[in-house]
Amino acid sequence: MTFGEIKDFVAAHFGAEVIVSEHANNLQPYLVLQTKRLAEVCLELHDNEATYFDFLSSVTGIDNGPEAGTMEVVYNLYSIPYDHHLMLKVIVPRNNTSEQPIPTVPTVSHIWRTADWQEREIFDLVGILFKDHPDMRRILCAADWEGHPLRKDYKLQDYYHGIKVPYDNHNEYSGFRGEPVQLISSEDPFGDKREKPEA
Amino acid sequence: MNIPQDKTGEGGVIITKLDDLLNWARLTSLFPMGFGLACCAIEMMGAYASGYDLDRFGIIPRASPRQSDVMIVAGTVTFKMADRVRRLYEQMPEPRYVISMGSCSNCGGPYWEHGYHVVKGVDRIIPVDVYVPGCPPRPEALIGGFLRLQEIIRQETIREPRAVQQIMARRTNNTGAKKEETRATNEALAVDNQAGSGTNDQQIPTA
Repeated sequence: MTFGEIKDFVAAHFGAEVIVSEHANNLQPYLVLQTKRLAEVCLELHDNEATYFDFLSSVTGIDNGPEAGTMEVVYNLYSIPYDHHLMLKVIVPRNNTSEQPIPTVPTVSHIWRTADWQEREIFDLVGILFKDHPDMRRILCAADWEGHPLRKDYKLQDYYHGIKVPYDNHNEYSGFRGEPVQLISSEDPFGDKREKPEA
Repeated sequence: MNIPQDKTGEGGVIITKLDDLLNWARLTSLFPMGFGLACCAIEMMGAYASGYDLDRFGIIPRASPRQSDVMIVAGTVTFKMADRVRRLYEQMPEPRYVISMGSCSNCGGPYWEHGYHVVKGVDRIIPVDVYVPGCPPRPEALIGGFLRLQEIIRQETIREPRAVQQIMARRTNNTGAKKEETRATNEALAVDNQAGSGTNDQQIPTA
């Protein structure tokens, strides 16, 4: 199926309003879907014999920054028997402060098992919550890490478990300098000690 | 080697200092803990293997921190791993030594600025005796680090164990740094005084 046929397929099954916008002229065309209906569209694309997208190539989280105020999740689908591709996108509002609600996207991990860890990675690094995910916790950073490191406005914490995090003045004040070591057993401990014939 | 070569010539008796005997025993049987964190560990394994054969220095990896003398921090120490590295170090019995192998564990390496997840030098967690530079260091460099560590062990004495020395050094570190700072300031003032005495009206009284 071509991109246009897949688009018509989605519009026929779920109504035209499920497609927020389409970008067909890109190098890789994509559909922007309504966030709340993402999971049911994906399930139909996976199960229906006409599309049969049995492989989720990748899930990507994108932070567009506090000025844009949006975050995106990109899904690259592939059908192994039909050899056709589809790129789906959802766009959610960004929480610029921690008081605002965290952006939420429905999970697709019950459709493709590979989405389980990929969604956890997106949650860990970008900070997008996946609703109804079976195990929504950090996957790479330590469990008590503060913040989501790949956000545009990420600030390093000063200390983690008593360890200073930033690099500044490292060698001057790293703390464990110990006593200066003087090699006293000989002046030149690594010199050539082989006996040499007298000149 | 500080073992006296002049024997008495009778009865196969060797006379030596207890310090030298103990140090000799320690520095010729350095057992590192068998663990690695990243690509430096590959070079470390290469150094263990037959090509470089660390066994000829009496260096054999041990499976438990309780049986180890040296910890080779070979690789990138992440904050997630930092607690584990510190725990492993605390489980080692004294006397214990640490070799920091490679740029990552020396100072953070390529992750020094934008690596949010990397500890900027393992010496922020545990005291390091020898730093081996390189990314990753060749096995020869690691062997050089071990030879340097042997030199450090060779000068130890049981009257002042290293652990006590380190604690004392840490305790006096602040006062020592202050003394050094005061001395440098005084010297700078003295130089100013000499150079500028002709043109500068302001005189700094010297003792």
